[in-house]
Amino acid sequence: MSELFSIFIGLALINNIVLVQFLGLCPVFGVSKKLGPAVNMGLAVTLVIFVSSTLAWLANNYILIPLNAEYLHLIIYLLIIGSMVQMLEIFLKKTNANLYKSFGIYLALIATNCAVIGVLLLNADESYNFIESLIASLGAGAGFTLVMALMSGIREKLELSDIPKAMKGLPVIFITAALMALAFGGFVGMLF
Amino acid sequence: MSGFSKEFKKGIVISNPVFVLALSLCPVLAVTDTLDKALGMSGAFALVIIASNLIISLMRKMIPDVVRIPVFVIIIATFVSIVEMLFQAYIPAIYSALGIYLSLLAVNCLILGRAEAFASRNKVSDSLADALGMSVGFCLALILISFFRELLGKGGITVFGNELFTLPVLAENPISVFGMSMGAFLVMGLLIAFFKQIGVIKDV
Repeated sequence: MSELFSIFIGLALINNIVLVQFLGLCPVFGVSKKLGPAVNMGLAVTLVIFVSSTLAWLANNYILIPLNAEYLHLIIYLLIIGSMVQMLEIFLKKTNANLYKSFGIYLALIATNCAVIGVLLLNADESYNFIESLIASLGAGAGFTLVMALMSGIREKLELSDIPKAMKGLPVIFITAALMALAFGGFVGMLF
Repeated sequence: MSGFSKEFKKGIVISNPVFVLALSLCPVLAVTDTLDKALGMSGAFALVIIASNLIISLMRKMIPDVVRIPVFVIIIATFVSIVEMLFQAYIPAIYSALGIYLSLLAVNCLILGRAEAFASRNKVSDSLADALGMSVGFCLALILISFFRELLGKGGITVFGNELFTLPVLAENPISVFGMSMGAFLVMGLLIAFFKQIGVIKDV
């Protein structure tokens, strides 16, 4: 049980998927202008990671490894993620049109989000069992949502502050991310 | 030939993929803690983007419009798998240092972006020039970032086992935070700010 807990905390805080492993930076820099859409984006990514890591684990252990075709895993994972995102898009369009509009292009971009494929590759690298890979996907999703929420909160404040001209736009977001990464570095002391 | 050199030069400064377009940040930040890894990643990136731009440009009239993105993704992922196997066989040290970031080239927004925005609508020689320019721009950006990070984080520069130079005080007391993720964000932010200040980058 404590092992599962440390996998979750490991991906959510200590080796945070965004700030320490640099996965999924595009939406963090792109959709994080307002708190609401940022959190929704985080939840959507969490859902995609959860469902596709389940399918990827099954595909890896019941199709690729028995057939000795592990070199194909990258292509298989991409297909799984792509179809999951397509299904999420259809589902959202029917059920929640406002949310669908607020995501815009970034919804389709979940398909090429490094956070999603990164978690699937990490699961395969660490050869986690089924439960462990589910917990890892939830931890990664929680870490991603947390950073999205924090970053959008800070950016709402940054809008009103007086920033030197050269630092406006991207540079100041990078510096913010640097300070957040330093703060998350403090979690390294957490041991289980 | 003028078209070729125009497309080639564009990638290096005016629309430098890393600093101006701010695309493909994940490999850029993750592998720039040492110069070796940055060079390895640049090599892999160049092989994948040149090969996939070439193939996509050759096949641009055959690929149906509706399914073009999945086709691009499969073509790119195939070349990434090939490059992974080549690295594993010939430079295993770099392969294991790059870890999952090498596989992540398959979902690199820059490679997919060039396929969609350029290679699928331009003739082969222009697409090749575009890929070469992007590769050189990407490589220069990675070398620049990793130079600062290795210099400050390790106190010296070592390329493929050859020690180029070490700094007197820093070598004993390196600022190790530059080797960590915080250093990557900081160096990247300051470099973009510097380029904006001297006017190389107009608007981001």
